[in-house]
Amino acid sequence: MVEIRGELREKGKSKLQTSLMAATGVKVYGPPLSTAVSRVLGCLLEKDVQFQLIPINLAKGEHKKPDFLKLQPFGQVPAFEDEGLSLFESRAICRYICEKYANGGNKGLYGTDFLSKASIEQWLEAEGQNFNPPSSALVFQLAFAPRMKLKQDEGVIKQNEEKLAKVLDVYEKRLGESRYLAGDEFSLVDLSHLPNAHYLVSATNRGEMFTARTNVGRWWGEISSRDSWKKVVEMQKSPPGA
Amino acid sequence: MATIKVHGNAISTAAQRVMACLHEKGLPFELVLVDMRAGEHKREPYLSLNPFGQVPAFEDGDLKLFESRAVTQYIAHAYADKGNQLICLDPKKMATVSVWMEVEAHQFDSAAAKLTWELAIKPMFGMATEATVVEENKVKLAKVLDVYEARLAQSKYIGGDSFTLADLHHLPCVQYLMTTQVKELFDSRPRVSAWCREILARPAWLKVSAQRGSQ
Repeated sequence: MVEIRGELREKGKSKLQTSLMAATGVKVYGPPLSTAVSRVLGCLLEKDVQFQLIPINLAKGEHKKPDFLKLQPFGQVPAFEDEGLSLFESRAICRYICEKYANGGNKGLYGTDFLSKASIEQWLEAEGQNFNPPSSALVFQLAFAPRMKLKQDEGVIKQNEEKLAKVLDVYEKRLGESRYLAGDEFSLVDLSHLPNAHYLVSATNRGEMFTARTNVGRWWGEISSRDSWKKVVEMQKSPPGA
Repeated sequence: MATIKVHGNAISTAAQRVMACLHEKGLPFELVLVDMRAGEHKREPYLSLNPFGQVPAFEDGDLKLFESRAVTQYIAHAYADKGNQLICLDPKKMATVSVWMEVEAHQFDSAAAKLTWELAIKPMFGMATEATVVEENKVKLAKVLDVYEARLAQSKYIGGDSFTLADLHHLPCVQYLMTTQVKELFDSRPRVSAWCREILARPAWLKVSAQRGSQ
């Protein structure tokens, strides 16, 4: 893993401009603290893919500047480049990484056959459509808003807790029948849950939603202790590069 | 007796997404009606087909799947050699299609589905529209459509130069929204407007909207 921390920067050029001019290779743009960025980092680490992490300072609005908008037209992180191909949306990036680097690292991350892949796609959509909206809202309200000194919305918190509880009830049943969500092997599905679940368990007092459910708790314990995820958490703790 | 079954109804946007895909591929299927008003989708045996209690659920022989966008991907890959091509075989092009599929699933749908519910579906059942939800989501959708307007200057279809799942996934909500005040957001953006007209006119989609009309 290689990080650019400004050493190659030309006078008058931003880190972003410099990296756009630099040699090809996998590049991820964004802060590791971002849940979507950390999803991509987790995937790269599971697949043993070398990459450069280019910091984007959200507080300074770097993600809304023209150079960045060329990479990600919605002005969100992450953005991603590999061999001249520019991508965004963390789950699309993860699918690309798994296809392109199929023989690296965890080979079964995106399924080993047609049926396992169909199950992974099903649960990945369930994560994106059912788990992500309420868990993201809670992460923002409970973990980020206080740090950013923003007012919390009790109504939003309550509504999303109820939604998330229903989703976790489905997971509780599923994880009683299957070791991981899509099947008996760790997959992109479980990985995709790590960013939001990590914040809820470690940075809020709602971690019980996971740990008090027997099967979900068991699953959480297993997926969060993977080496690749531990490395992502370490990256989140490092001082910002910008 | 069709081996492919879609459990749902002709009104559900997610069920329509799957049916549009099946029609594009020319695959026969049976629509098994789920009585949502009676809460059939929240009980067994439906829950063993979709544990989230949502519509649709899908069967192809022994294979059971849920989540419309996972179902369409399964169909597009499993039947890649049938009917219209909905994916790209070139991995780099497919990666770009995948990006715009995620854009539809997260950026577009989060506003469009709420607007569809408030302005098109609720009135069908005599339920009251919430004006604040409508205003908030119109603002969000407008921003997404601005990005689409710029994208469609570089690309004939949303995912690339051919019609793919990335375009198809938009059809159900776009169709509904064209019957509401939100139509103006699409009409006022020339490339978005032209793209909508083109994809809504596809024969496979016309079959889905005809089914909705007759239910």
